[in-house]
Amino acid sequence: MTHKRDRTLFTSGLARVEGEGAMYVRVSGGHVDEVRLDIYEPPRFFEAFLRGRSYIEPPDITARVCGICPVAYQTSACQAIEDVCGARVEGEIADLRRLLYCGEWIGSHALHIYMLHAPDFLGYPGAVEMAADHRDVVERGLALRRAGNAIMELLGGRAIHPVNVRVGGFYRAPSAAELAPLARQLRDALPLALETVRWVAGFDFPDFTCPHELLALTDPGRYPIERGTLVTSGGLAFTAAGFEQHIIEEQVPHSTALHARLTGAGRSGDGRYLTGPLARYTLNSGSLPPQAARAAAEAGLGPGCRNPFRSIIVRAVEVVCALEEALRLIEEYRPPAAPAVAAAPRAGTGYGVSEAPRGVLYHRYDLDDDGVISSARIVPPTSQNQRAIEDDLRRFVAARLDFDDTRLTSECEQAIRNYDPCISCSTHFLDLRVDRR
Amino acid sequence: MTGPPASYGRAVVIGVGNEFRHDDGAGPAVVTRLSGRVPEGVELHLSEGEPTRLIEAWDGAALAVVVDAVRAEPAVPGRLHRLVLHRAGPGAARPASSHGLGLGEAIGLAQALDRMPGVLILHAVEAADLGQGTGLSPAVAAVIDALAAAVLRDLRGPSRPR
Repeated sequence: MTHKRDRTLFTSGLARVEGEGAMYVRVSGGHVDEVRLDIYEPPRFFEAFLRGRSYIEPPDITARVCGICPVAYQTSACQAIEDVCGARVEGEIADLRRLLYCGEWIGSHALHIYMLHAPDFLGYPGAVEMAADHRDVVERGLALRRAGNAIMELLGGRAIHPVNVRVGGFYRAPSAAELAPLARQLRDALPLALETVRWVAGFDFPDFTCPHELLALTDPGRYPIERGTLVTSGGLAFTAAGFEQHIIEEQVPHSTALHARLTGAGRSGDGRYLTGPLARYTLNSGSLPPQAARAAAEAGLGPGCRNPFRSIIVRAVEVVCALEEALRLIEEYRPPAAPAVAAAPRAGTGYGVSEAPRGVLYHRYDLDDDGVISSARIVPPTSQNQRAIEDDLRRFVAARLDFDDTRLTSECEQAIRNYDPCISCSTHFLDLRVDRR
Repeated sequence: MTGPPASYGRAVVIGVGNEFRHDDGAGPAVVTRLSGRVPEGVELHLSEGEPTRLIEAWDGAALAVVVDAVRAEPAVPGRLHRLVLHRAGPGAARPASSHGLGLGEAIGLAQALDRMPGVLILHAVEAADLGQGTGLSPAVAAVIDALAAAVLRDLRGPSRPR
């Protein structure tokens, strides 16, 4: 066992996170000196790439930021552009947008639960090794992912980078008959989702609490997915238009990603906050549909959850929620008179926000009179969570300094995976380095 | 264009990559080049390399041809590699992958779940630039036609399983 008082850990190519990045931990004199999550941020490239483009292009262009959550990018983009244009998307078209987003939640969460996160709890280096011993379990995960993809393919035109989404709604709305086979597939998936909650609830979870302020959308009467008002656990409430008054992004030397900070100190005193499943659930558990609420209670979640390791249960509950919502929306579906509302360009600024699987995703666009984009701003959830993740890791490492480097590195990687960092959105390679001096 | 004999099984071509990361767009560029040129019944897919979607794309196929850009040390941008994997059962070795999730993971998972295509042919092109931005580097752009032709040979050639 190596229990050097001074050491550095640096891991190259952190496994089972979406994308690439680096993690650096420096321990000096038995104290954790520094924890850094280094990430490189494609949204900054896309912000520049969007300038000079037509107002109808952001849904298609920003969908390419991330292969896992393109619908989130499309939805926040559409809402921001519609905000400028004064277009109101309501009724059946808004329902279709929520239905499409449910597909993304199901697919993204199933991928994270089964392929990325569960192997940590069952002691496997990855999903491949887990599949060798638990083939039925992995097949269940793939079936859930297929159900999510089926929604994306039917409504979006294809599972990755949907092509049927446009400002104002869709290019084509499905008939009720087209949705019938999809409903059958989703009904078959619902018991699999409930079984998933029971399965992950049986894992062993370390005692760990994240004390940060929580940020999520809230949508009266229903669980927030594709729209809502921003709220915090500290009692703030603001619309998408107020995002940049309350959330400040700052450069930090070690990352090309900007770090977000909640103004007014926040619970932590320095503006750290967390968005994503834990925040969403804790601020909205009372709005879960019946089967998801029952599954959460049976899993022992309670009204809130602040243990990042238990986020796997929250994601499983949210898969149930998304399936229930999708089935309700299909049951109530009547095709809209037109698949989209008109959205004529005009000069101005528009704001959009939605709950990507990993948390709040904010878009802002400035248009000129001809609908040409003069400026764009995209704030993905992973960059908002960076400070909170680093702080959690600092406390996590401090309580485990007696671990040797190999075990400490492995546990840090697992801790990072709790947050499902979509590093496709915010970085590519993730390296982890612990420096003991 | 004459299609393959009816006795051939399902065939898919999958272009892996992201056209907003310069040379990572080589796979999608080859698929675009092949559009309308492949034998009847051959499916063309785009993928960002996420394993479950790769497996869904090639599940049940007799032949899967995957085109991807790769990093090499030292790199000769534009250099081509061709690798043929025949169906392997559970427990077969997993190819090394430079990513947490990617083609290597997809092959390993497909082997564990018995979801490999009959034959998997990987065409890899060594990249010069995988940074953010559109457009292929000249060295990679210069071999897209050759890659597309190589894929067409695979779709018609002796590797094509019956």
